[in-house]
Amino acid sequence: MRKFTDNKEKIVTSVESVGDSILQLGTLHPDLNKHLFKDDGALQTFLKIYLGDTDIKVLQNEDTPVKDGDVISIIPAIAGGKQ
Amino acid sequence: MSDIKFSKEELERYSRHLIIPEFNIEGQRKLKAARVLVVGSGGLGAPLLQYLAAAGVGTIGIVDFDVVEDSNLQRQVLFTQKDIGRAKVDAAKQRILEQNPHIKVITYNTTFTSENALEIAADYDLIADGTDNFPTRYLVNDVSVLLKIPNVYASIFRFEGQVTVFNHVDAHGNTGPNYRDLFPTPPPPGLVPSCAEGGVIGVLPGILGSLQANEVIKVITGVGEVLSGRLFLFDALNFETRTLKIAKDLDNPLTGKNPSLTKLIDYEQFCGLGIDKKEKKRENVKGIDVETLKKWLDGDEDIQLIDVREPFEYEIVNINGKLIPQSEVLEHVDEISSKNKVVIHCRSGKRSADVIEILQDKYGFNNLYNLEGGILDWVDKIDRSLPKY
Repeated sequence: MRKFTDNKEKIVTSVESVGDSILQLGTLHPDLNKHLFKDDGALQTFLKIYLGDTDIKVLQNEDTPVKDGDVISIIPAIAGGKQ
Repeated sequence: MSDIKFSKEELERYSRHLIIPEFNIEGQRKLKAARVLVVGSGGLGAPLLQYLAAAGVGTIGIVDFDVVEDSNLQRQVLFTQKDIGRAKVDAAKQRILEQNPHIKVITYNTTFTSENALEIAADYDLIADGTDNFPTRYLVNDVSVLLKIPNVYASIFRFEGQVTVFNHVDAHGNTGPNYRDLFPTPPPPGLVPSCAEGGVIGVLPGILGSLQANEVIKVITGVGEVLSGRLFLFDALNFETRTLKIAKDLDNPLTGKNPSLTKLIDYEQFCGLGIDKKEKKRENVKGIDVETLKKWLDGDEDIQLIDVREPFEYEIVNINGKLIPQSEVLEHVDEISSKNKVVIHCRSGKRSADVIEILQDKYGFNNLYNLEGGILDWVDKIDRSLPKY
């Protein structure tokens, strides 16, 4: 995904929830949007979103609140290994 | 377990294990009794197989349908120049038996599929997944859950790697999460490139495959804390590592609240590839083979040849097509002839078909031909002096 963020692996956002943070990421780097969201605006299901070391699905999903200094990670499924 | 005996040679060979207090001869006995199935003997399989063999895993099964190619040798250190063209399972078996003649190696020179997977894996205590595509990843996962055996998983892409142990039963009898808990659905085809398309730094599978081998040994011997319920991430580019928790998914069709999957499915279709294959035969995209292109180029008719790959691919090998990368085609549409025959090609024929479909839909071109098999086929059938990648 870094090719859509000018090769930056960390982007700072200033919002109050995980969902808003990812929306802001898409606003800052519009080419990322199709990789982050499905056509209906929901997050892609092959991406895992973590707040710290915890999957947001066991928190409050996209509504999970964030505070200053929190780290949100977008972990894509990758499959390479043999070829 | 005490009926597992070692020869003098084996005791000497494994002495560095035997003198680790928490490992000792009991750990070594467990390794010798273990039966491990390694699916995929490529980048991850190379370190995996070598360390498992060296460590004394008693029975190692290897599944792979592939043959060794030049482009494997940058990272698949199990193979040498002499192995090019050989079945990977044969080359791998020979190499690891040279390394350790005290083990047994069983090979399956076949694709791991829904039809044969359960039968093959039923003879093993553990699967190590070193495959390279989403359908097989889900297949290996489902096999491991259905057979109730752990799946030691690693995957890599470019500079990044992931490792975990799925479906592991801990000392209290609790089963850890599986792949479907982490990734319920695969990405749509084409969105995440494979290593063959996206590349991978050669050392990366060595690092991740070694970590995978370490987890296999821990699972078998019960030594240490298995990487179950945790996903280890490694970024070789900035040397960052992280370990995240994997939560179970209540909607998991195998192990969730209302399981709906009780047998293996069509994984190509599950990953959208079955449909994609049908789409490839899109009737509206006219295709030609490389022999036809050769005839056309040698004939008198004016043919425009367009290469829609990336500039770095063009630099590796090209057949003098006009370079217009896929993402820039619409900006350069005025450079595409609407009168002469236009042959569009890429590496294997997929991107060029996508381009043709868009050009026909948007601009009504009717003179476009897709080079089926792409430049790879050209190298195989027309000009073998050119490199493949």
